[in-house]
Amino acid sequence: MNAHAIIFYLISAFLLGTGILSVTTKKIFRSAIWLLFSLVGIASLYFWMEVEFVAAVQIIVYVGGIVILIIFSIFLTQQSGKEMPGPGLLRTVFSLLAVLFGAGFCCMLINEYGFTQLPGTQFSVAVADIGTQMLSTADHGFVLPFEVVSMLLLGAMIGCIVIAMKSKEAKNKGVLENEQEAVGTVISSQQNNRL
Amino acid sequence: MNSLSEIPLAHILFVSTALFFIGMYGLFTRKNLVTLLMAIELMLNSVNINFVAFNKYLYPGKLDGIFFSLFIITIAAAEAAVAIAIIINLYRSHQSIDVDDATEMKY
Amino acid sequence: MSDYAYIVLIPLLPLASFLLLGLFGRKYFTKSAGIIGTLALLASTAIALMAARQYFFIDGKVAGAYHQIIAFKYTWLAFSPGVSIDMGIVIDPISVMMLVVVSFVSLMVHMFSLGYMKGEERFATYYAYLGLFTFSMLGLVLSVNIFQVYLFWELVGVSSFLLIGYYYEKPTAVAASKKAFIVTRFADLGFLIGILILGFYSGTLDISTLIHKLTAVQSPEYIAITTAGFLGASALTWALVLVFIGGAGKSAMFPLHIWLPDAMEGPTPVSALIHAATMVVAGVYLVARLFPVFSMDATALQVVTYIGAFSALLAAIIACTQTDIKRVLAFSTMSQIGYMMFALGVSKQVGEQGLGYMASMFHLFTHAFFKSLLFLCAGAVIHLVHSNEIKDMGGLRKLMPITHIAFLIACLAIAGVPPFAGFFSKEEILLAAFNANKLIYGVALFTAALTAFYMFRLYFSIFWSKESAHHETHHEGTVSMKIPLIILAVCTIGVGFIPFAKLVTADGAALETHIDILFSLAPVGLTLIAILIAARLYKQQNEGPQKIADALGVFYRVVSRKFYMDELYLFITKKIIFPLIGKPIAWIDRNIVDGCMNALAAITVKISGWIKGMQSGKVQGYALYFFGGVTLLAILFIYVWK
Repeated sequence: MNAHAIIFYLISAFLLGTGILSVTTKKIFRSAIWLLFSLVGIASLYFWMEVEFVAAVQIIVYVGGIVILIIFSIFLTQQSGKEMPGPGLLRTVFSLLAVLFGAGFCCMLINEYGFTQLPGTQFSVAVADIGTQMLSTADHGFVLPFEVVSMLLLGAMIGCIVIAMKSKEAKNKGVLENEQEAVGTVISSQQNNRL
Repeated sequence: MNSLSEIPLAHILFVSTALFFIGMYGLFTRKNLVTLLMAIELMLNSVNINFVAFNKYLYPGKLDGIFFSLFIITIAAAEAAVAIAIIINLYRSHQSIDVDDATEMKY
Repeated sequence: MSDYAYIVLIPLLPLASFLLLGLFGRKYFTKSAGIIGTLALLASTAIALMAARQYFFIDGKVAGAYHQIIAFKYTWLAFSPGVSIDMGIVIDPISVMMLVVVSFVSLMVHMFSLGYMKGEERFATYYAYLGLFTFSMLGLVLSVNIFQVYLFWELVGVSSFLLIGYYYEKPTAVAASKKAFIVTRFADLGFLIGILILGFYSGTLDISTLIHKLTAVQSPEYIAITTAGFLGASALTWALVLVFIGGAGKSAMFPLHIWLPDAMEGPTPVSALIHAATMVVAGVYLVARLFPVFSMDATALQVVTYIGAFSALLAAIIACTQTDIKRVLAFSTMSQIGYMMFALGVSKQVGEQGLGYMASMFHLFTHAFFKSLLFLCAGAVIHLVHSNEIKDMGGLRKLMPITHIAFLIACLAIAGVPPFAGFFSKEEILLAAFNANKLIYGVALFTAALTAFYMFRLYFSIFWSKESAHHETHHEGTVSMKIPLIILAVCTIGVGFIPFAKLVTADGAALETHIDILFSLAPVGLTLIAILIAARLYKQQNEGPQKIADALGVFYRVVSRKFYMDELYLFITKKIIFPLIGKPIAWIDRNIVDGCMNALAAITVKISGWIKGMQSGKVQGYALYFFGGVTLLAILFIYVWK
């Protein structure tokens, strides 16, 4: 049992622990922070697996982008300090059962499969290699997915704006409803006066 | 450093499986839409770990697993953004982001 | 099949009248319905008389005895090679006699109703029902297969129901028609079981084959039916007694007689047709038709005899106390049918000992004439007085001379005064009873005296007694009402002289009969004494009857309430059958039978609710199902379908 292995177990414990905390805590802001820690843990796992580039991308995009986005959305939609109601007992039990069953099943499959490691070749990931292969048009080149993903990002950006935009009718409708309410109260008060 | 034989592939797969099912537990139990989204992110991350682990242990000469995970991260980012936009829209019409309040698509 | 096939027209003409008037009468034939019905019956009667002439006087006789001709047979439902329900026409002395009786009396009633029912709103419906009844009765007497008898039996019951309840706005009429139908239907249960037993053991439902098999002592069927037993009596006895129960229901024998007095709620011509001359003799006809089989079993014959005699006596006693003219006549009918029944009961099949059979049929024949005459006269009286009660009548002999004479003739006939028809037939019955069973003879003699007494009580109370409150301005009735009375009166006088014994006997061969003056002295003497007593009490209105009634006290009250039989039946049905049998069965039907169906439906709805609930709109629920489905597929693909 060398340090390498111990570090792996520590990292795993950390990321699983914070993951569990993230999905079970009742305070929403804390949940976001635990998620952040969990994602950092995953990044450190990538570092341990000697794929530094992915780890860097993970930190930049996930931790620095998505979690911030989530925190902003928490602020936009509700009080972040308020406690959330927990799920009912029934739901907890059933979910736990389903999850444990699924986990057990998968672990059993993994055990039974017996992965055989290839001996020999070292695993080295140089960023230059990643870059070259990403933009290469040869076999195993990923330039097409690269371009498509950029389209996707564009589409996502526009879509977000469209969905989250307050439409003009909604703005006018808000005003109209207020006006109708006012007229209604005036008429009813006139009727009361007549009676 | 030869770390390959110390930690077998199966252990890493256990970790990622556990993370996946933790995310699934969150998916089933969370009532708030934002926290639901967080659980989904956990699930996506576990898949990423899987890809990288397989690449490292079974196909060390190639880089396909890494590319997969890069693209997954990208797409996850786009999806999270769109999800937040939907949540904001839903919040506007329902005044709450409780997942049980948005049950119009039922029988 | 033979040249008697035209006889099929006799029932079909009234059926055509029924269909025509029933379907189109309300709209097109409201005034002419009576004429149409009467013409159809006129044609029917003419054909019947023609057939009778042909059968009895031309070619009916073979080797000195009248034989049975099957004029027509059509297999309707064949269950197995031997057992089938056929529709057919049998020509036989009694069937031809009944054809004449039914069609003739029906014709008289049709004619009478032209005047009696004039102005009725449902005139056409009335004639349609009359046509249906006549068709059913004619079909019954011509039946070749015992199930055919049952079929027409039920049809007759239905027609009777329709006609008794003709004035359906009156609740008493509705109750009476229901009572008649239910009591006869209940008796028909026994009839059906009897048919089934007979059919089972003899292996056939055809009457002539059945008789043939069950009267040959050596035949396997006879041995089987007499050896099989239940509760001490052989299957043959059971079958015949059950069949007789069916006949007793229709013929108003004790204890199934309760419907007949109430059936007088129907129009009077209907009472004349159905409850005097035709339907009520259906039971007698049934026993006569199956008589060869009856004569094989002494127990069954004894049952027939005693019930017949008892009914005759009971009815005669009750009739002495009734004040409604139609009820007196109803009980009189019951009494006379009792005569016919016990006459059959004391008879045997062959030769001299078959006198009872001949006498019964003869009495049936003559009774039809004078009883229908009595009812039609009663109808005329009721038409004038607008009431059924005796106390509203009196002194009518000056106002309705024709009715008076006809009624007198009929009363003399029923009392058995020579030379009217009833004398001859009653003499034969008394002779048959005397030869067979002295007790029955005694009862018959006493009942004959009572008959004379109550009939003349009725006669004197209506036509003499006191001065009538009505004046000449009321008319006696239209011509169409008087003609049938005259015709029937003539028949009543003349019919007694028909040499019946040469024509209708148990085995077809002619019987020699003669009138024994010494023997007739007893009944005729008693009759005359009874008439004198009645005249003394009722010719002039006096205190006599009331004093006698008071002297008899409780006994008189019990008799006038018909021995409380109606109350007893009501008690049994309301207090015993309804709560103890009816209510539990209804409860089972509502809660268990319906409950099962409702439970099935409720379960289906519940299950559908659950399934519906799966589409709850909750995303996490869907996620759970999704996960479950994926796991299931994974398991299937990994472990089951490799």
